[in-house]
This record gives sequence, structure tokens and C-alpha cells, in this order.
Amino acid sequence: MSTANKEISDLLNERYAAGFYTPLETDSVPPGLSEDTVRSISARKAEPEWLLKWRLRAYRRWLEMQEPHWAHAKYAPIDYQAASYYSAPKQDKPKSLDEVDPQILETYEKLGIPLRERELLAGVAVDAVFDSVSVATTFKEKLAEVGVIFCSFSDAVQEHPQLVRKYLGTVVPRGDNFYAALNAAVFSDGSFCYIPPDTRCPMELSTYFRINAGNTGQFERTLVVADRGSHVSYLEGCTAPMRDNNQLHAAVVELVALEDAEIKYSTVQNWYPGDAQGRGGIYNFVTKRGDCRGARSRISWTQIETGSAITWKYPSCILRGDHSRGAFYSVAITNNWQQADTGTKMIHLGRHTSSTIISKGISAGHGQNAYRGMVEAGPRASHARNFTQCDSLLMGDQCGAHTFPVIRAGNCTVQVEHEATTSKISDEQLFYCRQRGISTEDAVAMIVNGFCQRVLEELPMEFAVEARKLLGISLEGAIG
Amino acid sequence: MNMLEIRGLEVSIGDTQILRGVDLSVSAGEIHVIMGPNGSGKSTLAKVLVGHPDCEVSSGEVDYAGRSLLEMDAEERALEGVFLAFQNPVEIPGVGNAYLLKAAVNAMRRHRGETELDAFDFLSMVREQLQQVGMSEDMLKRSVNAGFSGGEKKRNELLQLALLKPRLAILDELDSGLDIDGMKAVCTQISSMHTPDRAMLLVTHYPRMLEHLRVDHVHIMSGGRLVQSGGLELVGHLEQGGYETFSA
Ligand SMILES: Nc1ncnc2c1ncn2[C@@H]1O[C@H](COP(=O)(O)OP(=O)(O)OP(=O)(O)O)[C@@H](O)[C@H]1O
Ligand SMILES: [Mg+2]
Repeated sequence: MSTANKEISDLLNERYAAGFYTPLETDSVPPGLSEDTVRSISARKAEPEWLLKWRLRAYRRWLEMQEPHWAHAKYAPIDYQAASYYSAPKQDKPKSLDEVDPQILETYEKLGIPLRERELLAGVAVDAVFDSVSVATTFKEKLAEVGVIFCSFSDAVQEHPQLVRKYLGTVVPRGDNFYAALNAAVFSDGSFCYIPPDTRCPMELSTYFRINAGNTGQFERTLVVADRGSHVSYLEGCTAPMRDNNQLHAAVVELVALEDAEIKYSTVQNWYPGDAQGRGGIYNFVTKRGDCRGARSRISWTQIETGSAITWKYPSCILRGDHSRGAFYSVAITNNWQQADTGTKMIHLGRHTSSTIISKGISAGHGQNAYRGMVEAGPRASHARNFTQCDSLLMGDQCGAHTFPVIRAGNCTVQVEHEATTSKISDEQLFYCRQRGISTEDAVAMIVNGFCQRVLEELPMEFAVEARKLLGISLEGAIG
Repeated sequence: MNMLEIRGLEVSIGDTQILRGVDLSVSAGEIHVIMGPNGSGKSTLAKVLVGHPDCEVSSGEVDYAGRSLLEMDAEERALEGVFLAFQNPVEIPGVGNAYLLKAAVNAMRRHRGETELDAFDFLSMVREQLQQVGMSEDMLKRSVNAGFSGGEKKRNELLQLALLKPRLAILDELDSGLDIDGMKAVCTQISSMHTPDRAMLLVTHYPRMLEHLRVDHVHIMSGGRLVQSGGLELVGHLEQGGYETFSA
């Protein structure tokens, strides 16, 4: 505990450690959004005609849509013409890691993600997305040996067009919602992953998203396909520099699990949250959905949401295959003026499908935390089951926690259990710890970690430590 | 030199003055007992000594091992060996009992410049003590005090006392709510810690526990003051005449 504690307290003093900016020459499209913007992004990537058409249809759909405002969050209207929709480091596409701009490699190193071959984290393959483009993907060849495709989305479009075309937009249709449509029109890069039948992916796959440029949005798209009987564990991490203005991040993640396949998707989201006065920070408006397409398939979403000024995301599962299982494990922290409206949808379509929802919301400062969840079982989903546990922890009396659960049972064999608690870290608890020689920070970290334990244990080992540290940092100054 | 020296201590909680001038000297090696009616201020005295934020000191001084105790913050007092067994230990759901104990033991070891214990060494150290205090290993896996029975909470305090081996142990009704075996375990623990370099301040309502201990001084608290001090014979008076004979 002591070393972990030391790290936490060291990091506490660092505040938002990922807040630096790397000055680079960039190739950006001018601010503004029109059909020409969409065409110019597509052209930069030399995309096939079908994809350009797909984008344009999404764009036209988006023009007809309204920005949603049902989330429990307050913010000024976003000017979609003010931001730039594409920004990439000015460099020819590097063919290997040796060709990647050393400044970019350094940026990732500073963030604790070594990309240079000799320093790679054993057992973890990384796709590094820098602003609008993927700059490097490690262990590509090693994964190819077992038939696993792991590459940037742009490369996938060029090298595996039939796979991309088969699955793109089949889980999150291009007109699904306002931000998903925007993403479909202007998405720049992201990761693509395909696991062939009966294959267990030999390492953790991860994508590390970095917003670097100012006045740009990041719109990446991730597609993970697990073919029959395969297994993959995937992790994404996110950071951005500290800036006074808000930046938009509107990503889409689609997961497809065929018969007997399993996808574990974990997120450690640490976008810049804004300062203590609520200035700046990322608007994290993300659509994530998994389709348990085959019988007995499984998808689990695990998320540690500590960053962003506003988080709006509901990683969901469509439980189409009979006996398929979905899970959502979430820790969302809001401190200072952060707002999070997050949760999940479990849509039971197949028979004997089951889902688990464990949501832990922590609010401190003026933070507002909402859990919004829907469990829906269709008429065919006989014997569908759901267990939901929804806990809130409050620190101080300026913050808020809200839960909006919806249950729709379309047949009479559905079983749904819902448990919810709200608790507070009391002064008596902190004093008890201090009387035993444990500092206030350590006591808070201990209580918060205990509160989140059930979710943290779902994370891959390599990232659990990181996540614990983040929890401590994010609550800096929450109790003083 | 006295280990603990309290002079003219006045303490309020909220707007109410609770302690109205307490004087007390405790030397190393001594056991002091404080008895007194409900609400007379015994727990308030215990709490102010460990720096509870509710206790506002309006006047007086406290020296501990040559330092001004009131100027040290709560963690520091704990690390310097002042321990309070709480009358009503708080529940901390979600935090494993073993985890808290290990954190406390290692905080103490760090403070003393000793190497910290890993999970393995810690467990073997705790196992020994568990037997002494009559707790099962299950209790380590459960959350701190959460859902513990009254007596189990007291045993958990006793376990911490045994593990942390404080220099000044303040035991606020550690014997209340314990069964006969538990009471014995408390007496055994106190006796084994009754060494020349330690001091203890016991708050109790029951003379029974005292029969098994070598008590040096007994004080009666009433209306926020120590109104009478003496030896064990005071306890005898009490049993005959109740607290009425000692007026504030
Ligand atoms: N937080 C508080 N707010 C208001 N009054 C308090 C508070 N804590 C203690 N008191 C009051 O202070 C007085 C002394 O309380 P204290 O707990 O010190 O008594 P005690 O001697 O330990 O009693 P007992 O034998 O019942 O444990 C009581 O009248 C109590 O109601
Ligand atoms: Mg009391």
C-alpha cells in the first residue's frame, strides 16, 4: 500500500499530468463543416467511393438532426463551424516505428505509453492515435501470425475493405444519433481489429487516443469484430492538453461478437476535465455499442471515467444471440465542475440472455453525476435476466448524484433485479483512519478504491494499477 | 517526567462547553481509570486527546512526552503512539478490515523507520493476534466494522490495540458489550501491555474489569471535571453510594 500511496500523493501534486502540448507542424483542414470538408477528409485518406458516399449520406442526415439536450448536463451551445475537423502531424505516413516523428514518440513516452520496439510493454499491443490519425501500431506482425488483424482504421479501409464494408455501421448506424452521424461524416481514424474464428488473441490490444492540436475535434471510430469462438480483450486510454476552451470528442465504437465469441472492452478515460473553476475541458460525446450477434457470445464494457468536462456515453449491448451475455462495469468520477451522464442500455432480443450492470458514481466538489440505464427485453427474449447495481458516493454537499433507470419487460418470464445505494464519506470515517495513522488522502483513496473494487477487478491487470492512481488524482482537493 | 500532563483543559462541542477544567498527570508505567456518570465528559476527554475535529479547546494545555499534544494533528498523534479504542467504532463499508489494519500497521512502521510488511508477513502477524482476541479470520475479509455486532466491534478495537502497541492507550469502554471471554481477552491484553514505558487511560463503567488489573489511580469525572482522585478504594465507595456522593 505504501508505494501505491506514495505514487498517489506524488501524482496528487502533479494535478493533470497529461496536460502538456507538443508543438508540431500540422496538416489541418480549415475550421468549418460542409460537404467539402467531408470530401477533403475522405480524399486525404484516398478512400474508396463507397465510403465517401457513406460519409456524405451521414452528413446529410446530420444536417436534419437536432443536438440532443436530454442529458443531465449544462453547457453553452456548440458552434460546429468554429472547429477544425481534421488535424494531423505533417509527415508522410511512417512505414515503421523508426520513421515516426521522435517528438510524437516522446509525447507517448511522457504519457507512459512507450512505442519504441525495445521499450514496449510486454503483452500489450498499442495503436496510437494522435489527433486525427493513427501514428503507430505495435506488434502488428506478431498478431498477424495468428491471423489477428490490428491496425488503424485508415489502413483497414485500404487493406481489408471487404471486412470493413461488411461490418461498418452495422451496430451503430450512421444516422443513429446526432453525434454518431457527425462522427460518420467526419471520422478521421481509429482502430480496427478482427479476431479470426477459434482464436484467443495472444495479447491485450489497446488504442491510445491523444488530442494535441487546439481548436480541433477528435472523431475516431473503432470497430472490433470477434469471429466465431474467438476471444479478445481491448483497452482504450485518452488524454489531452489543458486548454481554456472546450474541445469536442465524438467517437463511435462498434463491437461485433459472433457465436461463442467474447469481447472485453475497457476504457480509462482521462481527457482534460477543465480547471477548478470549470474552464475548458473536453466534451466527451461518445456512442459505444456492442452486438452479441451469435449464440452464447459475450460482451463486457468496463469504463473508468475520470476526465472530461462533460461525459455523455452509454456503452450498450444488443443481446441478439440466444444465451448471450452483456455486462457494463463503470466508475465515473466528477470533481470540481465536471458533469457526467453515463450508463448503458441492455437490449435483450434472444432467449435466455443475461446482463449485468454495476455502476459506481463518485461526485465531489460541484460535480454532477447521473446514471442513465435502460434494460429492455423484447417479446422473443424469454427468460432474459438482468442484475443492476447502482451506487453513488458523495463527497461534500455541493455535488449531486442522480439515477434514471428504465426497465421494459416485453414478456412475463423476464427477471430484473435493481439495487441502488447512496453513501457519503463521513468525517467520522476519515477521523477513524487518521486516528490509526493514515492520512486523509490515503483514507479517501482507500474508501474510494473499496467503493470501486467490483469494477476495478474487471480491468486487465496491467491497467488496474494505473486506474487506481487516477482515482486518487481525480479526487484531489475533494476533501480538505 | 510525566508521559501525559493535562492542565486546566476546557473543551466545547458546538456551542456547549463539555470539559470545564480538567487536570491530570499520567506517568509511564501507570494505569489510570476514569469513571463517571453518562454524559459527564469521559469520551470528550478521550477524543480531544486524539484530536477529534469536533472538540474545540477553549483553554488549557496538554503535554505528551515533552511535546504540546494540542499542536499535533490527528495522524501525528497516532503515529507518535497515542491510540484511542473508540466507544462507538465507525463502520467503513467497502474497505476490507485487513486492508485498513495493514495500512495502519505500515503507516506506523514507516513513521518509526522500520520496513513495511508485505501481505504475507502481515497476515502471519495478524493470525497470532486474532487468536488472542478471539476473532475468526473471516472478520479480516469483511468491511471495517460493517455489520459487526457490538462485541465484535470491540474485539476489532482490541485487535488494533494489540497490533499497534501504542505508548499511550486510551480505551473508552472497551469492556462494554463484551462477553466473558472477550472481557478476559481485554484484561490479558492490558496486562501484557502494562510495561514501564507505556501508560493507559481506561474509561469504564464496570469495576469488574479492574479486579484483574494493577490499577494505579482512579478518577471520578462529573460535570466535565475530575472531581475526585484516589486508588481502587474509590470504586468500592461508588458501588455502595453511586455517583451522588461525588458532586461536581
Ligand atoms: N457532537 C456533539 N454535539 C452535541 N453534544 C455532544 C456531542 N458530543 C457529545 N456531546 C455531549 O457532551 C456531553 C458529554 O459527552 P461524552 O460522550 O463525553 O460523555 P461520557 O462521559 O463519555 O458518557 P457515557 O458514559 O454515556 O459514554 C454529553 O452531554 C453529550 O450529549
Ligand atoms: Mg462515553
